[in-house]
Amino acid sequence: MIAQSIVEERSSTAVPRMDAAVANPVEINDLTVAYRDNPVLQDIDLTVPEGKLAAIIGPNGAGKSTLIKAVLGLVPTVAGSVRIYGKPYAQQRRLIGYVPQRNSVDWDFPTTALDVVMMGTYGRLGWIRRPGKAERDFAMHCLAQVGMDGYADRQISQLSGGQQQRVFLARALAQNAHIYFMDEPFVGVDAVTERAIVALLRELQRQGKTVICVHHDLDSAPDYFDWVALLNVRLIASGPFETTFTADNLRKTYGGTMKAAIEHFQHFEEDRRGSRIEN
Amino acid sequence: MGGLIELFTDYTLRNVALGSALLGVVSGVLGCFAVLRRQGLLGDALAHAALPGICLAYLLTASKTPVVLLLGAAVAGWLATLLILQIVKHTRISEDGALGIVLSTFFAFGIVLLTFITKRSDAHQSGLDKFLFGQAATLVEEHVITMAALGGAALGMVALLYKEFKLLAFDAPFAASLGFDTNVLSVLLTSLIVIAIVIGLQTVGVVLMAAMLIGPAVAARQWTDRLGVMIILAALFGAGAGVAGALISVSDKGIPTGPMIILSLTVIVLCSLFFAPARGLVWDALRRTRQRAALAK
Repeated sequence: MIAQSIVEERSSTAVPRMDAAVANPVEINDLTVAYRDNPVLQDIDLTVPEGKLAAIIGPNGAGKSTLIKAVLGLVPTVAGSVRIYGKPYAQQRRLIGYVPQRNSVDWDFPTTALDVVMMGTYGRLGWIRRPGKAERDFAMHCLAQVGMDGYADRQISQLSGGQQQRVFLARALAQNAHIYFMDEPFVGVDAVTERAIVALLRELQRQGKTVICVHHDLDSAPDYFDWVALLNVRLIASGPFETTFTADNLRKTYGGTMKAAIEHFQHFEEDRRGSRIEN
Repeated sequence: MGGLIELFTDYTLRNVALGSALLGVVSGVLGCFAVLRRQGLLGDALAHAALPGICLAYLLTASKTPVVLLLGAAVAGWLATLLILQIVKHTRISEDGALGIVLSTFFAFGIVLLTFITKRSDAHQSGLDKFLFGQAATLVEEHVITMAALGGAALGMVALLYKEFKLLAFDAPFAASLGFDTNVLSVLLTSLIVIAIVIGLQTVGVVLMAAMLIGPAVAARQWTDRLGVMIILAALFGAGAGVAGALISVSDKGIPTGPMIILSLTVIVLCSLFFAPARGLVWDALRRTRQRAALAK
Protein backbone atom coordinates (compact mmCIF):
# COMPACT_ATOMS: atom_id res chain seq x y z
CA MET A 1 0.00 0.00 0.00
CA ILE A 2 2.82 2.42 0.75
CA ALA A 3 4.98 3.20 -2.22
CA GLN A 4 8.18 4.46 -0.70
CA SER A 5 9.97 5.76 -3.76
CA ILE A 6 8.13 8.99 -4.42
CA VAL A 7 8.72 11.04 -1.32
CA GLU A 8 12.27 9.80 -1.16
CA GLU A 9 13.27 10.72 -4.66
CA ARG A 10 11.64 14.11 -4.30
CA SER A 11 13.40 14.84 -1.06
CA SER A 12 16.75 15.15 -2.74
CA THR A 13 15.46 18.02 -4.82
CA ALA A 14 13.81 19.78 -1.88
CA VAL A 15 15.29 22.50 0.28
CA PRO A 16 18.36 21.05 2.01
CA ARG A 17 18.11 20.62 5.73
CA MET A 18 19.79 23.37 7.65
CA ASP A 19 22.71 22.16 9.72
CA ALA A 20 20.96 18.90 10.34
CA ALA A 21 24.03 17.62 12.15
CA VAL A 22 23.95 20.33 14.80
CA ALA A 23 20.40 21.65 14.97
CA ASN A 24 17.37 19.62 16.00
CA PRO A 25 14.27 19.55 13.81
CA VAL A 26 12.19 21.26 16.49
CA GLU A 27 13.40 23.29 19.44
CA ILE A 28 10.90 25.08 21.62
CA ASN A 29 12.13 27.45 24.32
CA ASP A 30 10.05 28.96 27.14
CA LEU A 31 6.94 28.93 25.00
CA THR A 32 3.84 30.42 26.61
CA VAL A 33 0.44 30.74 24.96
CA ALA A 34 -2.45 32.35 26.80
CA TYR A 35 -6.11 32.83 26.15
CA ARG A 36 -7.19 36.01 27.94
CA ASP A 37 -5.61 35.55 31.38
CA ASN A 38 -5.45 31.77 31.35
CA PRO A 39 -2.27 30.08 30.19
CA VAL A 40 -3.00 27.39 27.59
CA LEU A 41 0.67 26.46 27.41
CA GLN A 42 3.20 27.56 29.98
CA ASP A 43 6.99 27.68 29.79
CA ILE A 44 7.33 24.83 27.34
CA ASP A 45 10.90 23.72 26.69
CA LEU A 46 10.85 20.88 24.22
CA THR A 47 13.39 19.50 21.79
CA VAL A 48 12.44 16.75 19.38
CA PRO A 49 15.44 14.90 17.97
CA GLU A 50 15.89 14.01 14.31
CA GLY A 51 14.12 10.99 12.88
CA LYS A 52 11.71 10.34 15.75
CA LEU A 53 8.09 9.33 15.63
CA ALA A 54 6.99 11.58 18.46
CA ALA A 55 3.62 11.58 20.22
CA ILE A 56 2.29 14.57 22.12
CA ILE A 57 0.08 13.11 24.81
CA GLY A 58 -2.04 14.71 27.48
CA PRO A 59 -5.63 15.20 28.70
CA ASN A 60 -8.24 17.34 26.94
CA GLY A 61 -7.29 20.98 27.27
CA ALA A 62 -3.63 20.18 27.86
CA GLY A 63 -2.78 22.37 24.88
CA LYS A 64 -1.63 19.58 22.55
CA SER A 65 -3.12 21.04 19.37
CA THR A 66 -2.24 24.52 20.53
CA LEU A 67 1.39 23.44 20.81
CA ILE A 68 1.44 22.40 17.15
CA LYS A 69 -0.39 25.56 16.11
CA ALA A 70 2.04 27.69 18.10
CA VAL A 71 4.99 26.03 16.36
CA LEU A 72 3.33 26.69 12.99
CA GLY A 73 2.62 30.30 13.92
CA LEU A 74 -1.15 29.81 13.79
CA VAL A 75 -1.84 31.10 17.31
CA PRO A 76 -0.19 34.13 18.90
CA THR A 77 2.39 33.34 21.56
CA VAL A 78 2.95 35.40 24.71
CA ALA A 79 6.58 34.45 25.11
CA GLY A 80 9.21 32.02 23.93
CA SER A 81 10.71 30.96 20.65
CA VAL A 82 10.46 28.09 18.21
CA ARG A 83 13.33 26.97 16.01
CA ILE A 84 13.10 24.58 13.08
CA TYR A 85 16.56 23.22 12.31
CA GLY A 86 17.96 26.23 14.12
CA LYS A 87 15.98 28.88 12.28
CA PRO A 88 12.61 30.62 12.77
CA TYR A 89 9.61 28.84 11.30
CA ALA A 90 8.93 31.55 8.72
CA GLN A 91 12.27 30.73 7.05
CA GLN A 92 11.70 26.98 7.17
CA ARG A 93 8.11 26.61 5.97
CA ARG A 94 9.09 24.45 3.02
CA LEU A 95 10.47 21.83 5.42
CA ILE A 96 7.16 21.38 7.22
CA GLY A 97 4.11 19.27 6.49
CA TYR A 98 0.89 19.82 8.42
CA VAL A 99 -2.12 17.58 8.94
CA PRO A 100 -4.83 19.56 10.77
CA GLN A 101 -7.64 17.84 12.64
CA ARG A 102 -9.98 16.27 10.16
CA ASN A 103 -13.06 18.01 11.55
CA SER A 104 -11.45 21.44 11.17
CA VAL A 105 -12.72 21.77 7.59
CA ASP A 106 -16.07 21.49 5.83
CA TRP A 107 -15.93 18.25 3.86
CA ASP A 108 -18.93 19.28 1.81
CA PHE A 109 -16.66 21.79 0.06
CA PRO A 110 -17.04 21.40 -3.73
CA THR A 111 -13.70 19.81 -4.54
CA THR A 112 -12.10 16.44 -5.23
CA ALA A 113 -9.61 14.34 -3.28
CA LEU A 114 -6.89 15.04 -5.84
CA ASP A 115 -7.55 18.77 -5.66
CA VAL A 116 -7.19 18.76 -1.88
CA VAL A 117 -3.89 16.89 -2.14
CA MET A 118 -2.65 19.39 -4.72
CA MET A 119 -3.12 22.10 -2.08
CA GLY A 120 -0.01 20.62 -0.47
CA THR A 121 2.00 21.96 -3.40
CA TYR A 122 0.62 25.50 -3.09
CA GLY A 123 3.34 26.54 -0.65
CA ARG A 124 6.09 25.75 -3.15
CA LEU A 125 4.13 27.43 -5.94
CA GLY A 126 3.73 30.65 -3.98
CA TRP A 127 1.31 33.44 -4.87
CA ILE A 128 -0.69 33.44 -8.11
CA ARG A 129 1.13 30.57 -9.87
CA ARG A 130 -1.29 27.73 -10.60
CA PRO A 131 -0.51 24.03 -10.17
CA GLY A 132 0.35 22.29 -13.44
CA LYS A 133 0.90 18.76 -14.64
CA ALA A 134 3.95 18.20 -12.42
CA GLU A 135 1.94 19.09 -9.30
CA ARG A 136 -0.97 16.97 -10.48
CA ASP A 137 1.23 13.93 -11.06
CA PHE A 138 2.98 14.36 -7.74
CA ALA A 139 -0.38 14.67 -5.96
CA MET A 140 -1.48 11.39 -7.62
CA HIS A 141 1.67 9.69 -6.31
CA CYS A 142 0.95 11.01 -2.83
CA LEU A 143 -2.61 9.68 -3.02
CA ALA A 144 -1.19 6.30 -4.08
CA GLN A 145 1.03 6.25 -1.02
CA VAL A 146 -2.01 6.24 1.25
CA GLY A 147 -3.88 3.82 -1.00
CA MET A 148 -6.30 6.46 -2.25
CA ASP A 149 -5.31 6.81 -5.91
CA GLY A 150 -8.56 5.10 -6.91
CA TYR A 151 -10.52 7.96 -5.34
CA ALA A 152 -8.74 10.91 -6.95
CA ASP A 153 -11.85 12.32 -8.64
CA ARG A 154 -14.25 11.66 -5.76
CA GLN A 155 -15.95 14.61 -4.20
CA ILE A 156 -14.51 14.72 -0.71
CA SER A 157 -17.84 14.41 1.12
CA GLN A 158 -18.31 11.03 -0.54
CA LEU A 159 -15.29 9.62 1.28
CA SER A 160 -15.45 7.84 4.62
CA GLY A 161 -13.85 9.48 7.65
CA GLY A 162 -10.79 7.28 7.33
CA GLN A 163 -10.47 8.04 3.62
CA GLN A 164 -10.74 11.75 4.34
CA GLN A 165 -7.97 11.40 6.89
CA ARG A 166 -5.80 9.66 4.31
CA VAL A 167 -6.46 12.49 1.84
CA PHE A 168 -5.22 14.91 4.50
CA LEU A 169 -2.10 12.77 5.00
CA ALA A 170 -1.52 12.70 1.25
CA ARG A 171 -1.80 16.49 1.19
CA ALA A 172 0.96 16.69 3.81
CA LEU A 173 3.06 14.26 1.74
CA ALA A 174 2.56 16.61 -1.22
CA GLN A 175 4.26 19.26 0.89
CA ASN A 176 7.34 17.07 0.52
CA ALA A 177 8.53 17.98 4.00
CA HIS A 178 11.21 16.95 6.47
CA ILE A 179 9.09 17.40 9.57
CA TYR A 180 5.43 16.42 9.74
CA PHE A 181 3.01 17.79 12.32
CA MET A 182 -0.19 15.77 12.60
CA ASP A 183 -3.13 16.70 14.78
CA GLU A 184 -4.94 13.56 15.97
CA PRO A 185 -4.58 11.57 12.73
CA PHE A 186 -6.00 8.41 14.35
CA VAL A 187 -9.26 9.91 15.60
CA GLY A 188 -12.37 8.27 14.20
CA VAL A 189 -10.67 6.21 11.49
CA ASP A 190 -11.35 2.63 10.40
CA ALA A 191 -8.89 -0.24 10.84
CA VAL A 192 -7.65 -0.06 7.23
CA THR A 193 -6.81 3.60 7.61
CA GLU A 194 -5.20 3.02 10.99
CA ARG A 195 -2.87 0.41 9.45
CA ALA A 196 -2.18 2.72 6.50
CA ILE A 197 -1.24 5.59 8.80
CA VAL A 198 1.03 3.38 10.93
CA ALA A 199 2.75 2.04 7.79
CA LEU A 200 3.14 5.58 6.50
CA LEU A 201 4.65 6.79 9.77
CA ARG A 202 7.18 3.93 9.68
CA GLU A 203 8.00 4.70 6.06
CA LEU A 204 8.55 8.38 6.83
CA GLN A 205 10.82 7.41 9.70
CA ARG A 206 12.75 5.04 7.44
CA GLN A 207 13.40 8.01 5.16
CA GLY A 208 14.80 9.97 8.10
CA LYS A 209 11.84 12.31 8.49
CA THR A 210 10.63 13.53 11.85
CA VAL A 211 6.94 13.12 12.70
CA ILE A 212 5.17 14.82 15.59
CA CYS A 213 1.61 13.64 16.27
CA VAL A 214 -0.98 14.79 18.76
CA HIS A 215 -2.33 11.51 20.10
CA HIS A 216 -4.96 10.78 22.70
CA ASP A 217 -5.01 7.00 22.98
CA LEU A 218 -2.67 5.84 25.75
CA ASP A 219 -3.04 2.16 24.83
CA SER A 220 -1.84 2.40 21.24
CA ALA A 221 0.75 5.11 21.78
CA PRO A 222 3.69 2.84 22.70
CA ASP A 223 3.06 0.69 19.59
CA TYR A 224 2.98 3.58 17.13
CA PHE A 225 5.60 5.97 18.45
CA ASP A 226 9.13 5.79 19.82
CA TRP A 227 9.31 9.17 21.48
CA VAL A 228 6.80 11.00 23.66
CA ALA A 229 6.09 14.39 25.16
CA LEU A 230 3.64 14.37 28.07
CA LEU A 231 1.82 17.65 28.21
CA ASN A 232 -0.63 19.30 30.55
CA VAL A 233 -0.33 23.06 30.00
CA ARG A 234 3.25 22.55 31.18
CA LEU A 235 5.54 19.93 29.77
CA ILE A 236 5.57 17.07 32.27
CA ALA A 237 8.24 14.93 30.63
CA SER A 238 9.69 14.15 27.23
CA GLY A 239 12.00 11.50 25.83
CA PRO A 240 12.06 7.92 24.57
CA PHE A 241 8.96 5.89 25.42
CA GLU A 242 10.70 3.35 27.65
CA THR A 243 11.99 5.94 30.11
CA THR A 244 9.29 8.60 29.78
CA PHE A 245 5.98 6.75 29.48
CA THR A 246 5.93 5.73 33.14
CA ALA A 247 3.03 5.39 35.54
CA ASP A 248 4.43 8.20 37.63
CA ASN A 249 4.70 10.61 34.70
CA LEU A 250 1.23 9.67 33.47
CA ARG A 251 -0.21 10.35 36.91
CA LYS A 252 1.46 13.76 36.88
CA THR A 253 -0.01 14.44 33.45
CA TYR A 254 -3.57 13.29 34.01
CA GLY A 255 -4.10 13.26 37.79
CA GLY A 256 -6.13 15.83 39.68
CA THR A 257 -6.25 18.56 37.09
CA MET A 258 -8.66 16.71 34.81
CA LYS A 259 -11.74 18.76 35.74
CA ALA A 260 -10.02 22.14 35.57
CA ALA A 261 -8.46 21.15 32.29
CA ILE A 262 -11.80 20.28 30.73
CA GLU A 263 -13.34 23.60 31.76
CA HIS A 264 -10.34 25.41 30.42
CA PHE A 265 -10.61 23.66 27.10
CA GLN A 266 -14.26 24.54 26.74
CA HIS A 267 -13.51 28.24 27.19
CA PHE A 268 -10.85 28.07 24.56
CA GLU A 269 -13.15 26.27 22.15
CA GLU A 270 -15.86 28.88 22.67
CA ASP A 271 -13.43 31.60 21.80
CA ARG A 272 -12.27 29.76 18.74
CA ARG A 273 -15.82 29.58 17.47
CA GLY A 274 -16.35 33.24 18.24
CA SER A 275 -13.30 34.39 16.34
CA ARG A 276 -13.93 32.43 13.19
CA ILE A 277 -14.85 35.56 11.27
CA GLU A 278 -11.23 36.66 11.34
CA ASN A 279 -10.11 33.76 9.23
CA MET B 1 -40.09 38.28 -29.63
CA GLY B 2 -40.67 41.98 -30.09
CA GLY B 3 -39.31 42.46 -26.57
CA LEU B 4 -36.12 40.67 -27.49
CA ILE B 5 -35.43 42.92 -30.45
CA GLU B 6 -36.17 45.96 -28.32
CA LEU B 7 -33.54 44.71 -25.91
CA PHE B 8 -30.80 45.40 -28.44
CA THR B 9 -32.19 48.57 -29.91
CA ASP B 10 -33.81 50.38 -27.03
CA TYR B 11 -31.25 52.49 -25.13
CA THR B 12 -32.87 52.16 -21.67
CA LEU B 13 -33.58 48.46 -22.00
CA ARG B 14 -30.05 47.76 -23.16
CA ASN B 15 -28.58 49.55 -20.15
CA VAL B 16 -30.97 47.81 -17.79
CA ALA B 17 -30.19 44.38 -19.22
CA LEU B 18 -26.43 44.93 -19.32
CA GLY B 19 -26.34 46.39 -15.83
CA SER B 20 -28.35 43.59 -14.25
CA ALA B 21 -26.39 40.93 -16.09
CA LEU B 22 -23.16 42.47 -14.82
CA LEU B 23 -24.34 42.61 -11.24
CA GLY B 24 -25.58 39.03 -11.48
CA VAL B 25 -22.23 37.74 -12.74
CA VAL B 26 -20.14 39.60 -10.17
CA SER B 27 -22.34 38.80 -7.18
CA GLY B 28 -22.72 35.20 -8.37
CA VAL B 29 -18.95 34.66 -8.51
CA LEU B 30 -18.12 36.37 -5.22
CA GLY B 31 -21.19 34.90 -3.55
CA CYS B 32 -19.66 31.44 -4.03
CA PHE B 33 -16.76 32.37 -1.79
CA ALA B 34 -19.03 34.17 0.69
CA VAL B 35 -21.29 31.13 0.98
CA LEU B 36 -18.44 28.60 1.19
CA ARG B 37 -16.83 30.66 3.94
CA ARG B 38 -20.25 30.90 5.67
CA GLN B 39 -20.20 34.67 5.32
CA GLY B 40 -23.58 35.13 3.67
CA LEU B 41 -24.78 37.14 6.64
CA LEU B 42 -21.73 39.38 6.38
CA GLY B 43 -22.94 40.30 2.89
CA ASP B 44 -26.31 41.25 4.36
CA ALA B 45 -24.67 43.47 6.97
CA LEU B 46 -22.45 45.10 4.36
CA ALA B 47 -25.38 45.82 2.05
CA HIS B 48 -27.47 47.42 4.79
CA ALA B 49 -24.46 49.34 6.04
CA ALA B 50 -24.03 50.91 2.59
CA LEU B 51 -27.17 53.04 2.94
CA PRO B 52 -25.75 55.70 5.32
CA GLY B 53 -22.63 55.78 3.13
CA ILE B 54 -24.70 56.65 0.07
CA CYS B 55 -26.67 59.30 1.96
CA LEU B 56 -23.59 60.91 3.50
CA ALA B 57 -21.80 60.94 0.16
CA TYR B 58 -24.79 62.76 -1.31
CA LEU B 59 -25.07 65.22 1.59
CA LEU B 60 -21.37 66.03 1.50
CA THR B 61 -20.98 66.43 -2.25
CA ALA B 62 -24.55 67.22 -3.39
CA SER B 63 -23.68 64.98 -6.30
CA LYS B 64 -25.59 62.06 -7.74
CA THR B 65 -22.65 60.83 -9.76
CA PRO B 66 -22.65 57.02 -9.39
CA VAL B 67 -18.93 56.92 -8.60
CA VAL B 68 -19.39 59.28 -5.64
CA LEU B 69 -22.43 57.49 -4.22
CA LEU B 70 -20.94 54.03 -4.69
CA LEU B 71 -17.69 55.17 -3.10
CA GLY B 72 -19.73 56.31 -0.09
CA ALA B 73 -21.41 52.89 -0.04
CA ALA B 74 -18.07 51.09 -0.25
CA VAL B 75 -16.51 53.13 2.54
CA ALA B 76 -19.51 52.54 4.81
CA GLY B 77 -19.47 48.82 4.02
CA TRP B 78 -15.80 48.74 4.80
CA LEU B 79 -16.24 50.55 8.11
CA ALA B 80 -18.98 48.11 9.05
CA THR B 81 -16.69 45.16 8.33
CA LEU B 82 -13.91 46.59 10.46
CA LEU B 83 -16.37 47.34 13.25
CA ILE B 84 -17.71 43.77 13.18
CA LEU B 85 -14.19 42.32 13.27
CA GLN B 86 -13.23 44.56 16.20
CA ILE B 87 -16.38 43.73 18.15
CA VAL B 88 -15.74 40.01 17.74
CA LYS B 89 -12.09 40.41 18.64
CA HIS B 90 -12.40 42.59 21.73
CA THR B 91 -15.73 41.68 23.28
CA ARG B 92 -17.47 38.46 24.13
CA ILE B 93 -20.21 39.16 21.60
CA SER B 94 -20.41 36.38 19.02
CA GLU B 95 -20.08 36.89 15.29
CA ASP B 96 -23.79 36.77 14.47
CA GLY B 97 -24.49 39.11 17.37
CA ALA B 98 -21.95 41.62 16.10
CA LEU B 99 -23.34 41.34 12.55
CA GLY B 100 -26.86 41.94 13.79
CA ILE B 101 -25.89 44.98 15.85
CA VAL B 102 -23.82 46.63 13.12
CA LEU B 103 -26.34 45.85 10.37
CA SER B 104 -29.30 47.37 12.19
CA THR B 105 -27.39 50.38 13.55
CA PHE B 106 -25.99 51.38 10.17
CA PHE B 107 -29.31 50.76 8.44
CA ALA B 108 -31.24 52.78 11.04
CA PHE B 109 -28.80 55.66 10.63
CA GLY B 110 -29.17 55.34 6.87
CA ILE B 111 -32.97 55.54 7.06
CA VAL B 112 -32.75 58.66 9.26
CA LEU B 113 -30.42 60.34 6.75
CA LEU B 114 -32.60 59.26 3.85
CA THR B 115 -35.71 60.72 5.49
CA PHE B 116 -33.81 63.95 6.15
CA ILE B 117 -32.73 64.18 2.52
CA THR B 118 -36.20 63.44 1.18
CA LYS B 119 -37.78 66.02 3.52
CA ARG B 120 -35.24 68.63 2.48
CA SER B 121 -36.28 67.88 -1.06
CA ASP B 122 -33.83 69.91 -3.10
CA ALA B 123 -34.70 71.31 -6.47
CA HIS B 124 -33.24 68.17 -8.09
CA GLN B 125 -34.98 65.31 -6.35
CA SER B 126 -32.31 63.12 -4.85
CA GLY B 127 -33.83 59.82 -5.90
CA LEU B 128 -31.83 58.14 -3.19
CA ASP B 129 -34.86 56.15 -2.00
CA LYS B 130 -34.30 54.02 -5.12
CA PHE B 131 -31.40 52.49 -3.25
CA LEU B 132 -33.75 50.82 -0.77
CA PHE B 133 -35.35 48.34 -3.16
CA GLY B 134 -33.54 49.17 -6.37
CA GLN B 135 -34.80 50.68 -9.60
CA ALA B 136 -33.21 49.30 -12.73
CA ALA B 137 -35.03 51.83 -14.90
CA THR B 138 -32.75 54.53 -13.53
CA LEU B 139 -29.66 52.83 -14.95
CA VAL B 140 -27.96 54.93 -17.60
CA GLU B 141 -24.84 54.27 -19.60
CA GLU B 142 -22.66 56.02 -17.05
CA HIS B 143 -23.82 53.57 -14.36
CA VAL B 144 -23.23 50.57 -16.55
CA ILE B 145 -19.70 51.72 -17.35
CA THR B 146 -18.95 52.25 -13.64
CA MET B 147 -20.37 48.81 -12.83
CA ALA B 148 -18.36 47.19 -15.61
CA ALA B 149 -15.11 48.78 -14.45
CA LEU B 150 -15.63 47.80 -10.80
CA GLY B 151 -16.92 44.34 -11.63
CA GLY B 152 -14.15 43.68 -14.13
CA ALA B 153 -11.56 44.59 -11.53
CA ALA B 154 -13.20 42.30 -8.94
CA LEU B 155 -13.45 39.36 -11.36
CA GLY B 156 -9.86 39.92 -12.43
CA MET B 157 -8.71 39.63 -8.83
CA VAL B 158 -10.67 36.40 -8.40
CA ALA B 159 -9.09 34.96 -11.56
CA LEU B 160 -5.64 35.95 -10.37
CA LEU B 161 -6.01 34.66 -6.81
CA TYR B 162 -8.37 31.74 -7.48
CA LYS B 163 -5.99 29.21 -5.96
CA GLU B 164 -5.45 31.32 -2.83
CA PHE B 165 -9.15 32.08 -2.34
CA LYS B 166 -10.05 28.42 -2.75
CA LEU B 167 -7.49 27.41 -0.14
CA LEU B 168 -8.64 30.18 2.19
CA ALA B 169 -12.25 29.07 1.90
CA PHE B 170 -11.46 25.39 2.40
CA ASP B 171 -8.73 25.43 5.06
CA ALA B 172 -7.51 28.82 6.26
CA PRO B 173 -5.11 27.53 8.96
CA PHE B 174 -3.43 25.27 6.42
CA ALA B 175 -3.09 28.25 4.07
CA ALA B 176 -1.47 30.19 6.90
CA SER B 177 0.91 27.32 7.65
CA LEU B 178 2.04 27.41 4.01
CA GLY B 179 2.94 31.07 4.38
CA PHE B 180 -0.07 32.73 2.73
CA ASP B 181 -1.15 35.78 4.72
CA THR B 182 -4.72 34.79 5.49
CA ASN B 183 -5.55 38.17 7.02
CA VAL B 184 -4.61 39.94 3.82
CA LEU B 185 -6.50 37.36 1.74
CA SER B 186 -9.53 37.59 3.97
CA VAL B 187 -9.64 41.39 3.85
CA LEU B 188 -9.14 41.29 0.09
CA LEU B 189 -11.97 38.82 -0.42
CA THR B 190 -14.29 40.84 1.82
CA SER B 191 -13.38 43.97 -0.13
CA LEU B 192 -14.32 42.21 -3.36
CA ILE B 193 -17.64 41.23 -1.80
CA VAL B 194 -18.14 44.90 -0.91
CA ILE B 195 -17.57 45.73 -4.59
CA ALA B 196 -20.12 43.11 -5.64
CA ILE B 197 -22.65 44.63 -3.25
CA VAL B 198 -21.91 48.18 -4.36
CA ILE B 199 -22.47 47.19 -7.99
CA GLY B 200 -25.89 45.81 -7.16
CA LEU B 201 -27.14 48.57 -4.91
CA GLN B 202 -28.84 50.72 -7.51
CA THR B 203 -30.55 47.79 -9.20
CA VAL B 204 -31.38 45.46 -6.33
CA GLY B 205 -31.22 47.83 -3.35
CA VAL B 206 -29.61 47.49 0.06
CA VAL B 207 -32.43 45.47 1.62
CA LEU B 208 -32.29 42.50 -0.74
CA MET B 209 -28.74 42.64 -2.05
CA ALA B 210 -27.48 39.83 0.20
CA ALA B 211 -29.82 37.41 -1.58
CA MET B 212 -28.00 38.16 -4.84
CA LEU B 213 -24.80 36.94 -3.22
CA ILE B 214 -26.26 33.87 -1.56
CA GLY B 215 -28.93 32.70 -4.04
CA PRO B 216 -26.85 32.00 -7.17
CA ALA B 217 -24.14 30.25 -5.13
CA VAL B 218 -26.60 28.05 -3.28
CA ALA B 219 -28.38 27.12 -6.51
CA ALA B 220 -25.10 26.42 -8.34
CA ARG B 221 -23.80 24.22 -5.51
CA GLN B 222 -26.73 21.88 -6.13
CA TRP B 223 -25.62 21.06 -9.66
CA THR B 224 -21.90 20.38 -9.23
CA ASP B 225 -19.14 19.19 -6.93
CA ARG B 226 -16.44 21.34 -8.53
CA LEU B 227 -15.71 24.85 -7.37
CA GLY B 228 -14.82 26.05 -10.89
CA VAL B 229 -18.12 24.83 -12.33
CA MET B 230 -20.02 26.18 -9.35
CA ILE B 231 -18.61 29.65 -9.94
CA ILE B 232 -19.52 29.64 -13.64
CA LEU B 233 -23.04 28.38 -12.92
CA ALA B 234 -23.51 30.96 -10.16
CA ALA B 235 -22.47 33.69 -12.59
CA LEU B 236 -25.01 32.44 -15.16
CA PHE B 237 -27.81 32.08 -12.60
CA GLY B 238 -27.05 35.54 -11.22
CA ALA B 239 -27.08 37.09 -14.67
CA GLY B 240 -30.25 35.24 -15.66
CA ALA B 241 -32.15 36.31 -12.56
CA GLY B 242 -30.80 39.85 -12.85
CA VAL B 243 -31.88 40.33 -16.45
CA ALA B 244 -35.26 38.61 -16.02
CA GLY B 245 -36.15 40.59 -12.90
CA ALA B 246 -34.97 43.90 -14.31
CA LEU B 247 -36.91 43.50 -17.56
CA ILE B 248 -40.10 42.51 -15.75
CA SER B 249 -39.81 45.51 -13.44
CA VAL B 250 -39.03 47.95 -16.25
CA SER B 251 -42.04 46.76 -18.22
CA ASP B 252 -44.26 48.16 -15.46
CA LYS B 253 -42.89 51.32 -13.86
CA GLY B 254 -44.46 50.78 -10.46
CA ILE B 255 -42.54 47.62 -9.55
CA PRO B 256 -39.21 48.03 -7.77
CA THR B 257 -36.50 45.93 -9.43
CA GLY B 258 -34.88 44.32 -6.38
CA PRO B 259 -37.89 42.20 -5.40
CA MET B 260 -38.46 41.11 -9.03
CA ILE B 261 -34.84 40.00 -9.39
CA ILE B 262 -34.94 38.14 -6.11
CA LEU B 263 -38.22 36.42 -7.05
CA SER B 264 -36.69 35.34 -10.38
CA LEU B 265 -33.70 34.07 -8.47
CA THR B 266 -35.96 32.20 -6.07
CA VAL B 267 -37.41 30.26 -9.01
CA ILE B 268 -33.86 29.18 -9.97
CA VAL B 269 -32.96 28.32 -6.37
CA LEU B 270 -36.13 26.27 -5.85
CA CYS B 271 -35.66 24.37 -9.13
CA SER B 272 -32.08 23.62 -8.09
CA LEU B 273 -33.05 22.52 -4.60
CA PHE B 274 -35.68 20.14 -5.90
CA PHE B 275 -34.43 18.91 -9.25
CA ALA B 276 -30.60 19.03 -9.32
CA PRO B 277 -29.45 15.51 -10.23
CA ALA B 278 -27.26 14.49 -7.28
CA ARG B 279 -28.46 16.75 -4.48
CA GLY B 280 -32.08 17.48 -5.47
CA LEU B 281 -34.75 16.76 -2.87
CA VAL B 282 -37.05 15.09 -5.40
CA TRP B 283 -34.46 12.49 -6.41
CA ASP B 284 -33.54 12.05 -2.76
CA ALA B 285 -37.12 11.22 -1.90
CA LEU B 286 -37.39 8.90 -4.90
CA ARG B 287 -34.22 7.06 -3.88
CA ARG B 288 -35.52 6.67 -0.35
CA THR B 289 -38.86 5.35 -1.53
CA ARG B 290 -37.16 2.85 -3.83
CA GLN B 291 -34.85 1.71 -1.05
CA ARG B 292 -37.78 1.27 1.29
CA ALA B 293 -39.62 -0.72 -1.36
CA ALA B 294 -36.55 -2.88 -1.92
CA LEU B 295 -36.23 -3.50 1.80
CA ALA B 296 -39.92 -4.39 2.13
CA LYS B 297 -39.56 -7.20 -0.41
